[in-house]
Amino acid sequence: MSTDDQTTAYNAPVLEFKSGSFSVPALILSGNDLQLIEQQLQDKIRLAPEFFKNSPVIIDLKELTRQSLNIDIALITEIARKLGLLPIGIRGGTLQQNKEALDLRIPVYSNNSRTTATGTQIATQTTPDVSQKKDAVPTAMVITQPIRSGQRLYAHGDLVILAQVSAGAEILAEGNIHVYGALRGRALAGVQGNTDARIFCTHLQAELISIAGNYKISEDLAKTIYNKPVHIYLKDYTLVIKEL
Amino acid sequence: MARIIVVTSGKGGVGKTTTSAAIAMGLAKKGHKTAVIDFDVGLRNLDLIMGCERRVVYDFINVVNGEATLHQALIKDKNCSQLYILPASQTRDKDALSKEGVEKVLEELSKTFKYIVCDSPAGIEKGAHLAMYFADDAFVVTNPEVSSVRDSDRMLGLMSSKSRRAEQNQEPIKEYLLLSRYSPDRVKLGEMLSVEDVQEILSLPLLGVIPESKSVLNASNAGIPIILDEKSDAGQAYADIVARYLGEDKPHRFIEDKKGFFGKLFGGK
Ligand SMILES: Nc1ncnc2c1ncn2[C@@H]1O[C@H](COP(=O)(O)OP(=O)(O)OP(=O)(O)O)[C@@H](O)[C@H]1O
Ligand SMILES: [Mg+2]
Repeated sequence: MSTDDQTTAYNAPVLEFKSGSFSVPALILSGNDLQLIEQQLQDKIRLAPEFFKNSPVIIDLKELTRQSLNIDIALITEIARKLGLLPIGIRGGTLQQNKEALDLRIPVYSNNSRTTATGTQIATQTTPDVSQKKDAVPTAMVITQPIRSGQRLYAHGDLVILAQVSAGAEILAEGNIHVYGALRGRALAGVQGNTDARIFCTHLQAELISIAGNYKISEDLAKTIYNKPVHIYLKDYTLVIKEL
Repeated sequence: MARIIVVTSGKGGVGKTTTSAAIAMGLAKKGHKTAVIDFDVGLRNLDLIMGCERRVVYDFINVVNGEATLHQALIKDKNCSQLYILPASQTRDKDALSKEGVEKVLEELSKTFKYIVCDSPAGIEKGAHLAMYFADDAFVVTNPEVSSVRDSDRMLGLMSSKSRRAEQNQEPIKEYLLLSRYSPDRVKLGEMLSVEDVQEILSLPLLGVIPESKSVLNASNAGIPIILDEKSDAGQAYADIVARYLGEDKPHRFIEDKKGFFGKLFGGK
């Protein structure tokens, strides 16, 4: 490729490092009885076998650590593998567990690495909770309480809020956002790049609105739509705000 | 079981301690055995406003650390036999309080008291968190200005996610708005937010409006909770608030300019 006549060989780069963000389900453990875990995990997988088949998973040990319950990393990863999951890391474990994981060549994730997990919770100490079945597939998250200043909310699917979103609050969704109340904070839809995501709200007073990374700040919003019911979508990479 | 009330705000200097003293006295005067706790470790203000600063032997931290019994530390109010004060320590720092320690004290108080009023320190750090963590009801004291309203909103967010009720998935803390240091003339001039503005931003039920009043400073200098000054507008506002909290239906007052003709006729309505 290179046309220069220097003697040193020139190889075109065949790799590069890029940071990426992927959505991986986290298996949140709240009990350390391996038999119970295996049984409940199996029950959950049976609900959506295709969803879980060869699915990467991060094993979240935070709750166990909080309760000072220990679990053997080799055994729990073995159980996950046996059931068709591919454990690709742990988080929230003790120093000893982190070491065990690294010895098994399993990465250790920091606790606050902005969680991209879809939170499949396994409660092995309490009786199995049937209502948790719905966690298996991300559906709409419905919130009835106001989202206050300083609060941040992330939904893996659609996000429906039946209350106000205060100035200084931030709501994010991989899907659509609906706000039935004053939207005064920041609203970001399609945060994993879904350009078809939309924002619907009954009283637009937002500090910022964004769809798939294309955003407008409060200053950019026309006065004519202030506090109006609107529908926001993306057209040719620009935000369109239509009164409803 | 006692009902635990936190008086909180986020922002400092908005009238939490004034309010804690007033409502604790108000509840006690209605015949309910009430304790009021100063969570503002290191500053100690409540005992001054309650006029019992010279009777402090032991404090909240002593009880938490087991250096004194609750019985030894509680100070009986000189005006009302149903009211007890648990003062803060002036010499310790706020790290002396722990969740377990606070829980133990509240549990013990719950056995004999009907209401426990927790006077929160300003901010959203540890002290304020501990003051609200075990609460059943929250009196959110807000001044009619943007920064105070924003801080109250922030505090409300914390209560809905970081309180015991939130963490244990129980019914959320009952939140009430107390709009303090309100002056209708300044609202009219556009220098302050109106009651409606604040209510719209916070969307909280209004428990009462406390007017800006010189009598508050006089009362606190004298060490007498303002609610005992029955002639003062602020004292009456707090009496209304206590009554409404206990379920009485009282129309709101002190929202309109009291110097108006009708105001004069109807005693400041
Ligand atoms: N309604 C009122 N009218 C006039 N002054 C008031 C009123 N309420 C409170 N104040 C005054 O405001 C000041 C602060 O009041 P207070 O100590 O009750 O606030 P606080 O919220 O407890 O403060 P901190 O955050 O420092 O604990 C005091 O000087 C008090 O006298
Ligand atoms: Mg105070």
